Amino acid sequence: MALAKRIIPCLDVDRGRVVKGVQFVDIRDAGDPVEVAQRYNEQGADEITFLDITASHEERDTTVHTVEKIASEVFIPLTVGGGIRTLEDIRRLLNAGADKVSINSAAVKEPEFVKAAADRFGAQCIVVAIDAKQVSGPESAPRWEIFTHGGRQPTGIDAVAWAARMADYGAGEILLTSMDRDGTKNGFDLGVTRAVSDAVPVPVIASGGVGNLQHLVDGIIDGRADAVLAASIFHFGEYSVPQAKHYMRERGVEVRL
Amino acid sequence: MTTPTGAGGSDSIAVIDYGMGNLHSVASALAHVAPRARVRITAERDEIAAADRIIFPGVGAIRDCMGEIRRLGFDTAVGDAVAAGKPILAICVGLQALMQHSEENGGVDCLGILPGRVRFFGRDLRAADGRHLKVPHMGWNQVEQTLDHPLWHGIAQHSRFYFVHSYYVEAGDASQVAGRCHYHCDFAAALARDNLFAVQFHPEKSHTAGLQLLQNFTTWQGQC
Repeated sequence: MALAKRIIPCLDVDRGRVVKGVQFVDIRDAGDPVEVAQRYNEQGADEITFLDITASHEERDTTVHTVEKIASEVFIPLTVGGGIRTLEDIRRLLNAGADKVSINSAAVKEPEFVKAAADRFGAQCIVVAIDAKQVSGPESAPRWEIFTHGGRQPTGIDAVAWAARMADYGAGEILLTSMDRDGTKNGFDLGVTRAVSDAVPVPVIASGGVGNLQHLVDGIIDGRADAVLAASIFHFGEYSVPQAKHYMRERGVEVRL
Repeated sequence: MTTPTGAGGSDSIAVIDYGMGNLHSVASALAHVAPRARVRITAERDEIAAADRIIFPGVGAIRDCMGEIRRLGFDTAVGDAVAAGKPILAICVGLQALMQHSEENGGVDCLGILPGRVRFFGRDLRAADGRHLKVPHMGWNQVEQTLDHPLWHGIAQHSRFYFVHSYYVEAGDASQVAGRCHYHCDFAAALARDNLFAVQFHPEKSHTAGLQLLQNFTTWQGQC
């Protein structure tokens, strides 16, 4: 008996539609979030992550409403992120049926916010999302820093040290996205994934770059991630969740089938 | 695929609300498996006393949970329901709150309705291959059904359920362990005694197996 590695389809939602872009440009429409979530639930996805990529204040009510609809029909864990800045934002999403919330820029801006959130709602529902980019050259020791605003804004903060600090502040999980790989379909950045997985005592979700099923296996085995997140390979029907799980099981990864 | 077999019951079910966590999920899962049941999320002791069945959920830190349970008088409400023989399903921290003591938050006395203690998995755990064993224990793990119980009806042996917890129950009476899970150590994933069934995992988040357990609960008469 062992804990299964999780496969998490991710819904990037912009103004009420699931979208997926290459490096956050060239965005393609992938459907209605409630229908997409139901499809992954039926396929045996282990969780669903919903990232509101517009996340302007006008859109917040739409998100809460969509989360409510998904949560009343999908009986697997649901993580919601995008534009979360206050304890009240978290409370509303949890009340709408989210099981976890993912905090990104607000943690960078105000690290103590993660502490306050974990104290109030419990570490189990606080995910800290980290967008990392490699900043070291080919000749030097690898180093990754966190970037905000969809990968456009550097912060100078070391990604591995930041992940450890966030876990220490009460993050129950780390969602690690490589901004170098996101949307490229070239596979996860296994270096940063392994560095973060080894540095934190909490589970790590690898994200950014999945183009085929071997990438999922690599993220777990070489990247040492506890879960793998992918979007476009599932959204556009290239692969189904069961196909991914069978492939992973055949290569020695414990999965829920 | 997400619809369990059989039909759900039509009783009134009170989901006890003491302000800790997401009760929407458990209520909507119950409504899904038993559309005729009258499911109420409630903090009213009268309503809890009048309900046919009770769900005792909980997430978050045990000190805060126990504080609210006692402040709102739910220690008595749950104790009365246990004595009255009503079917009760405790979930996650709801299970932990039924035990005698938890070592979370520097040590907290719990309700003492079931014998046993709540222990921390530990820091810097390592798996056999030397990698970090992550805490919280988060995700889908297998449950070995160690008792033949009506709530396991229609659920395959060793089915996976969704867990998320850093503390686990060490049962004081092995004969009450209805399901066992392994993560670093063996621990009680489910305890059963008479009209009480308590689980560490989240049935409302455990897809088909979890929905089947909830549906079984809506028709269970409260006997082992």
